[in-house]
Amino acid sequence: MKTFIASSPHVARVNRVDSIMLQVLLALVPGILAMIWFFGWGLLINILLAVTFAVAAECTVILARGRSPLPAIADLSAVVTAVLFAISVPPILPWWMTLLGMLFAIVLVKQLYGGMGYNPFNPAMAAYVFLLVSYPVAMTNWLTPTMLTEHHLSFTESLRIILDGSLPQGLSWDAVTSATPLDEMRGKLDRNLTMGEIRQSPLWGAFGGRGWEWVAAWFLLGGIYLLWKRIITWHIPVSLLSSLLVCATLFWAIEPQTHPFPAFHLFSGAAILGAFFIATDPVTACTTTRGQIIFGASIGALVYVIRTWGGYPDAIAFSVLLLNIAAPMIDHYTQPRVFGHGGKRG
Amino acid sequence: MAVAHSLIANRRLWTFHGGIHIPDEKSLSNGAPIAPIALPSRLVVPLQQHIGAPARVIVAVGERVLKGQMIAEPTGLVSAPVHAPSSGTLVAIESHPIPHPSGLMAPCAIIETDGEDAWAELPPPMTDYPQLDPELIRERIRWAGVVGMGGASFPTSVKLSPGTDRHIHTLIINGAECEPYISCDDRLMRERSGHIFEGVRIMHHLLGVKQVLIGIEDNKPEAIEEMRLALAETDMHTYTEIVPIPTLYPSGGEKQLIRILTGKEVPTKGIPAQVGIVCQNVGTAAAVADAVLEGRPLVSRVVTVTGRAIANPRNLEVPIGTPASDLIAHCGGYRETPRKLVCGGPMMGFALRDADTPITKATNCVLALTPEESPAPGPALACIRCGRCAQACPANLLPQQMYWHARAKDLDRVQDYNLFDCIECGCCAQVCPSHIPLVQYYRYAKTEIWSREQEKRKSEQARARHAAKQARLERQEQERQAKLRKQKEALAAKAKAQAKPETAAKQQASAASPTETANDS
Amino acid sequence: MLTAILAIAALAVLFGLMLGYSAIRFHVEGDPIADQIDSLLPQTQCGQCGHPGCRPYAEAVARGDDDINKCAPGGEATILAMADLLGREPVALDAEEKLPAVAFIDPERCIGCTLCLQNCPVDAIVGAAKQLHGILSKECTGCELCLPPCPVNCISMVPVTEEISGWRWPFPSTPLKETAKSQPERAAA
Repeated sequence: MKTFIASSPHVARVNRVDSIMLQVLLALVPGILAMIWFFGWGLLINILLAVTFAVAAECTVILARGRSPLPAIADLSAVVTAVLFAISVPPILPWWMTLLGMLFAIVLVKQLYGGMGYNPFNPAMAAYVFLLVSYPVAMTNWLTPTMLTEHHLSFTESLRIILDGSLPQGLSWDAVTSATPLDEMRGKLDRNLTMGEIRQSPLWGAFGGRGWEWVAAWFLLGGIYLLWKRIITWHIPVSLLSSLLVCATLFWAIEPQTHPFPAFHLFSGAAILGAFFIATDPVTACTTTRGQIIFGASIGALVYVIRTWGGYPDAIAFSVLLLNIAAPMIDHYTQPRVFGHGGKRG
Repeated sequence: MAVAHSLIANRRLWTFHGGIHIPDEKSLSNGAPIAPIALPSRLVVPLQQHIGAPARVIVAVGERVLKGQMIAEPTGLVSAPVHAPSSGTLVAIESHPIPHPSGLMAPCAIIETDGEDAWAELPPPMTDYPQLDPELIRERIRWAGVVGMGGASFPTSVKLSPGTDRHIHTLIINGAECEPYISCDDRLMRERSGHIFEGVRIMHHLLGVKQVLIGIEDNKPEAIEEMRLALAETDMHTYTEIVPIPTLYPSGGEKQLIRILTGKEVPTKGIPAQVGIVCQNVGTAAAVADAVLEGRPLVSRVVTVTGRAIANPRNLEVPIGTPASDLIAHCGGYRETPRKLVCGGPMMGFALRDADTPITKATNCVLALTPEESPAPGPALACIRCGRCAQACPANLLPQQMYWHARAKDLDRVQDYNLFDCIECGCCAQVCPSHIPLVQYYRYAKTEIWSREQEKRKSEQARARHAAKQARLERQEQERQAKLRKQKEALAAKAKAQAKPETAAKQQASAASPTETANDS
Repeated sequence: MLTAILAIAALAVLFGLMLGYSAIRFHVEGDPIADQIDSLLPQTQCGQCGHPGCRPYAEAVARGDDDINKCAPGGEATILAMADLLGREPVALDAEEKLPAVAFIDPERCIGCTLCLQNCPVDAIVGAAKQLHGILSKECTGCELCLPPCPVNCISMVPVTEEISGWRWPFPSTPLKETAKSQPERAAA
């Protein structure tokens, strides 16, 4: 037998980074399927492109750092980043923007800070914001949900749009794209329309934007799966959604004609996806329990503030990045009470 | 009485933060009764098997020793003697590997046994101990070399003398045995419950406590049942209670068990006596009964020999100093080549480098793990700050923060995050998805801090000695100068008085002589 | 324009006064930096740094006359501590790092000349003229200053055996290698 100086514990470890990442990917599947159902094949093409670009970028940087790329690829973190990015951007985003986004996310935001575990910002959201401020038109060019449009883009048509930007014969952009529900709501509220008038539009479903509401619901299911599997804890998603809900309810109760109904805020944009899959990114979120609650609640409140009074229709990405900056400070001030150290119960 | 009963009926249990559920693996070894082991031909008895001052050898090499004869006496208050575990000849006092994570050597008494296992003359039993002076009983326990047998090996007599200024109200008997695989306390409770209660009664008498709580994890229903039955037969049930506690690692940690049973937290850097509690292991209770009621010193203990690499895992009653390899041989040897031989449990024990390492008073388990049970951890990945470690930490620390600072060798910052409140239970490392050897980082930081403090003390001492030498040299120089001056003055005065008209030649001669004197000195 | 110039000038005067006042008000006597550096040094008084003891070296570093990497007995740990204290970049040790050792006098060869005794900076050698000398190994700092004066070369340096009480857990290596890197030569000694 060999001789050891090995510290305990001596038995097999119970968790693995790659299995955690795999569970996250698995939990995203229902929402992704719903998105493909409502918005067509472009989304799937985007995911495949983004994953390829991200993995290639990760490999290149790690090889340049003189290390073996295999362990870094095998932890699946680049894949998760790519998928989160691809489902956040419009399904017909030109391929080179996806490439740009992935290079930004993996090279600048992740690897230049030291790689997995060292990045202060959520790479997917940083890339999203980078593209949003650089190419605002392309980044807000969302497809119309399938039930509201005559023409359904086929796989090859989507591929052609993504690769060279050419629309199928006899189609105009207006026929296939439309504003997102949050955009629509914002534009109409700016034109002083009342909530009753706004809700006349066929864009609205039972409790959110048509199509969007079901996408959000399927992501919610995935989020609950993550909670059940203990991949994430309840603190960030619950505090984020409740704080958003509280803000929305408060203003809606005061002025229901000029403020969207609370369910709209939860189910129309990226709130659910953000709460369960983006804000919970462990690397960039708070780690203390109380810190996570503050972190989540602040994101929720910021999302409401930016959606209502800010310059952009949705705000998950901005809010998450802003709170990423604050996370170390929040952690510092919310350290738990250590066993045996008087004071209040932790 | 009625109050006590209603209290017992509704005993409230508290919880501690974190903790983890791990497969307990106890059924491997807890089925068979405790078996004796054939007397080894050679015993290697470490001279320090306790926390505190080392024991001093009182037997000459080459002398015949009898079982239970003291071969090393305690030095100082916190210390414990060592007794010969069997009769034979003390052939050497030499360095031998002892059970320690470093695998380093320490002085041991090597006894070649004669096979007679003849007892030395033992002190008379103290069956009438309630009438005796408590100091005599404590002295007996100290003489018997009883130390904490749960692993800490702190001299029991010291723990049983909390001093008059501390009011101790509760005695907690630790039968939790929360580490996976280990079942020696389980078997002890099932087979020697009466003996344990005798020890508990003695400790209850010594401490004068109001209540005794015996905490047992609920994965040992047979032990709980047996202890309850045994308790009902004694008159101790008025103040003693068997408390089953939920199985959650590490609820057998002293501070955790106290919290579970009483809701009290032992303050940081403090001891249980500060909150009016003394905690003892069930094995220690049995050893106390041996010492007081039978006059027998601690010369053997129950050791679990287990792990899937062992052919017939079981519990053995082993003389102190028996090599671990003898225990393994007695259990049918290896079923397959183990990847690791561990002394203690899988969560807090340490790997043995040498199967010849002897069993000591603190060794509760010899664990041979197969490659499947203890796979190589593989390279550690980067910390993803997932916080699972913090969720699992029973001390409510922030293990990931301590890891960052320990890794950066920033020993001050690690202490800011309360490194010394870490009990090294291994929960954080066990749940870490990046497989970072967190506990080793903390152990590295702790031992590094201690050794730097030691070096600091040493350099302070060297500085003081250096300064003292400088001062001495200076003083000597001044004294020499003063002497020189005096001699010069005296000579000058003499010359003046003796011969005023004398020539300058004489003066020159006298000026030369003091230099000679100085050289002589 | 004039207002701006006046305002800036007034501010400059104000801050100048504040700085001047605090320089007097918070003036520190002595050289606390030298003291702090001295407290980091191992106090072997060996002179390997080129200074006649630890204190003079500390003063030289505090003045900026010498580099922080001259202390061989302190090794890397001392350099890191000094770099941390002085806010400098750690530099590689300007000497070979040695294992801790203490002096040992061969009783067969010692002639009792007292020369080593006079050279020991910490009085760790006991003896008298024409008497066998002995080393208090607990006090010996391993400075080796006793080696050169010995006329019969009877002093040698013996590595300190690693004891359990001073044992340190090794820093986890990445990837964690389980093979014991426990300096076999030391364990054997």
